[in-house]
Amino acid sequence: MTTVNMTVNGKAVSGNIPDNTLLSEFLRENLRLTGTHIGCDTSQCGACVVHINGMPVKSCSTLAVSLDGAEVLTIEGLTKGGKDAELHPMQVAFNDNHGLQCGFCTPGMIMTGIDMVKRYKAEGKDLTSDAIRAELEGNICRCTGYHNIVKSIEDAATKM
Amino acid sequence: MSTGIGARVKRKEDKRFTTGKGKYTDDIRNDNQAYAAFVRSTHAHANIKGIDASAALAMDGVIEVLDGHQLTGDGIGNIICGWAVTSKDGSPMNMGAWSALATSKARYVGDAIAVVIAETQAQARIAAEAVVVDYEELPAIAHVMKAMAEDAPNIHENAPGNLIYDWELGDEALADAGLASATHITTLDLTNNRLSPNPMEPRVAIATYDDAEEHYTLHTTSQNPHVARLLLSAFYQVAPENKLRVIAPDVGGGFGAKIYVYPEEITCLWASMRTNRSIKWTSDRSEAFLTDAHGRDHVTTAKMGFDDNHKIVGFKVDTVANLGAYMSLFSSSVPTYLYATLLSGQYNIQNLHCNVRTYYTNTVPVDAYRGAGRPEATYVMERMMETAARELDMDPAELRRINFIQTFPHQTPMLMAYDAGDFPKILEMAQDAADIAGFAARKTEAAGRGKLRGIGYSTFIEACGLAPSQAAGSLGAGVGLWESAEVRVNPVGSIEILTGSHSHGQGHETTFAQIVADRFDIPIESVSIVHGDTDKVQFGMGTYGSRSAPVGMSAVVKAMDKVEAKVKKIAAHTLEAAEEDIVIEGGQVKVAGTDKAMGWHEVGLAAYIAHNLPEGMEPGLKETAFFDPVNFSFPSGAFICEVEVDPDTGVTEIIKFTAADDFGTIINPMIVEGQVHGGVTQGIGQALLEQVVYDDDGQLLTGSYMDYTMPRAADIPFFDVSHHETPSPNNPLGVKGCGEAGAIGSPPAVINAITDAIGNNNLAMPATPQAVWRAIQATKSVAAE
Ligand code: FES
Ligand code: FES
Repeated sequence: MTTVNMTVNGKAVSGNIPDNTLLSEFLRENLRLTGTHIGCDTSQCGACVVHINGMPVKSCSTLAVSLDGAEVLTIEGLTKGGKDAELHPMQVAFNDNHGLQCGFCTPGMIMTGIDMVKRYKAEGKDLTSDAIRAELEGNICRCTGYHNIVKSIEDAATKM
Repeated sequence: MSTGIGARVKRKEDKRFTTGKGKYTDDIRNDNQAYAAFVRSTHAHANIKGIDASAALAMDGVIEVLDGHQLTGDGIGNIICGWAVTSKDGSPMNMGAWSALATSKARYVGDAIAVVIAETQAQARIAAEAVVVDYEELPAIAHVMKAMAEDAPNIHENAPGNLIYDWELGDEALADAGLASATHITTLDLTNNRLSPNPMEPRVAIATYDDAEEHYTLHTTSQNPHVARLLLSAFYQVAPENKLRVIAPDVGGGFGAKIYVYPEEITCLWASMRTNRSIKWTSDRSEAFLTDAHGRDHVTTAKMGFDDNHKIVGFKVDTVANLGAYMSLFSSSVPTYLYATLLSGQYNIQNLHCNVRTYYTNTVPVDAYRGAGRPEATYVMERMMETAARELDMDPAELRRINFIQTFPHQTPMLMAYDAGDFPKILEMAQDAADIAGFAARKTEAAGRGKLRGIGYSTFIEACGLAPSQAAGSLGAGVGLWESAEVRVNPVGSIEILTGSHSHGQGHETTFAQIVADRFDIPIESVSIVHGDTDKVQFGMGTYGSRSAPVGMSAVVKAMDKVEAKVKKIAAHTLEAAEEDIVIEGGQVKVAGTDKAMGWHEVGLAAYIAHNLPEGMEPGLKETAFFDPVNFSFPSGAFICEVEVDPDTGVTEIIKFTAADDFGTIINPMIVEGQVHGGVTQGIGQALLEQVVYDDDGQLLTGSYMDYTMPRAADIPFFDVSHHETPSPNNPLGVKGCGEAGAIGSPPAVINAITDAIGNNNLAMPATPQAVWRAIQATKSVAAE
């Protein structure tokens, strides 16, 4: 067991956890932040993507104890919450463009989408639909055929 | 903006999913939670000589280890197949016994043998590894063509030769005579590759026994919670229906795999009672590959004869289907009544015969996966048409046109009475959208870059809206396939719709609300949809077979008819007018042509306050209905796929995919298009990427996303989707169902396009780069000879 301290969605949290606890388990089971999903056991599907210190990471492949002092952002942290809280432009775009069906892949898609838009903007590169498809290499959706996910990210990119 | 029928209303359910607030089964954790892990057979076929759980029982956190002898000893019944298919000699199908935990014999890798219950999931999983099973290994069969061999090992005692049934449909003598009269015969051997459905949310079950009430609650990832309760009660004897509540909360995709009650749900319920703990089991992806019912897996030989006018004069199909180690719930119906019945396609064929033999193998059970039988039929039909056109040196669209059914209703020789359609029209729409006229120039341009361009068609029909109960019953179905609905108008005029349909991505919370907002002309925000809980919804058959719109919504419409009648009576009484003069519009209930009106909410209030109701009227405003369709609905479509193949690498790129569909009336085009995108993508996955592989010993080689290729964003193009609406006369909304069309129609379009590009028709699915490259080399060596 190891004690770990980190900031999750702006809040300081800590836990005394077995060393082999994955970040995805720590989020889901210890913090009960169940928006981060587990879709596979080979780090292939991306349903579990969160941001760690601003970088997108598959939380199913990261040990929680290795993140002492880290800043973690999950899908729940994108909006303040509450009745009239504003949603992140990526969240709005997924609704506007029907970028989700069952919603299981969606948290990972949104977290991945936000990162790619930010990165391309920072590098001054054009986020084309082909680039979006290539960037989604690590995210699987079984419902949407990606068409509207790509449209959603394209749309959000114009608003972020 | 309109929120009624035909409007592109954005989904009401999205906010919880985009903010991480969805409530999926695995997000639930009960007080008193314990965890289950299953001990699974590592052999494809083995006698179980003994189970030693002593080491596991001594491990940290382990509460109990339970096996199949205890399970059957407690009277838990075998898992059944719910559709009886009779062999052509009149004998019943050979259903082998399937216990939720195997007792004497394991029949596939992953077959559950025992369950470990522990305080944490990790403890349960580690202890499951420590349970020692003494196996006596037996020879195994993984491939269906080996199951029928003389010396094949026998998997179920009551199925000699591993045969489950040998069934036929149509008139063989007529089909033979038709073929004998033909001036051209096309023959093809086709394999429909085995697939794993792979909803992104793995299956989960949480069973909670309440000893004080002797009551069970099951939270589970189900497409049809009431069907699950019925099976668990009436057949598996877990608990009587009034003592069992099944809740399917947010479910992360189904595609067929979540229709069935699996061993895990049964075992968790029973183990919860045995341990007096709430028991949670969460599948990981590896377990999903091992245990979720697979789809397809047919081997077929087909022969089609044409006369001088290129009309089809005879069609004979011989299919062998692999049903896996046990007969899953609908497994028997998939290669028969959901397959052979659609072998007339969009064509006028009078002389038709299909024979189907199904066999056991030492693989996971095979059952319905998106499309279920209809993709297999379409693949046969549309590969035949394209091949015949090439052999006859004809335009493949023209050969189809010559044979299209032109008038409706149309009775095929394969039981089906097609309701409505306009096949030439949708083909023309697809051809225009795909710019067929410009294809030759595009092909030349691609050739200049060293690439091979090809184009392929698929014009298909499917039977959806499962199903008229009486017809289904006469064909062997164990249940009726109606749907139920309840419309509750609250005293303030807001409405709750309780439906037996289940949404696991289809957007029912939006589309079902649309038909209500449309009907009563009220804001869509005042309509809520309740589904997925047997304590709330009276009953329901659930969601599969593209049935939620044609059957589920129709039940809502029927209940709304009753509400409307009562509303009009109340308003007529209050406003002192004739019932016939009352109209509902703009949030008001009015006397037509006057300014006399009540607000919609005032009628609701009047019904509940009940101070002034018509003589003899019961208070309240709530109606229920059951809708049983008179016929299936028959969506049809024309798909065109254009590909470019790199002859050096065999890599196929889909340049353009065009889908023109006839789904009848469309409630929400945005959602319908999304269903087509997803369905076509699964079809492209089948055609290019996906394949379940077992080795000869029955070990699963494609047990993870490292080995089983899922379609990813870069594999898939944008889609060109359009619609033509010929309303179905068989339900009040004229809807036909749209969930499966994409998966049904697309695989042959893709393969027809690739075989066109490479000039070799001998190409099986999945058309991986290696397979395509080999097919190109084969053409080269033929050319060189
Ligand atoms: S759960 Fe992390 S990649 Fe699949
Ligand atoms: S929306 Fe269902 S997996 Fe993507």
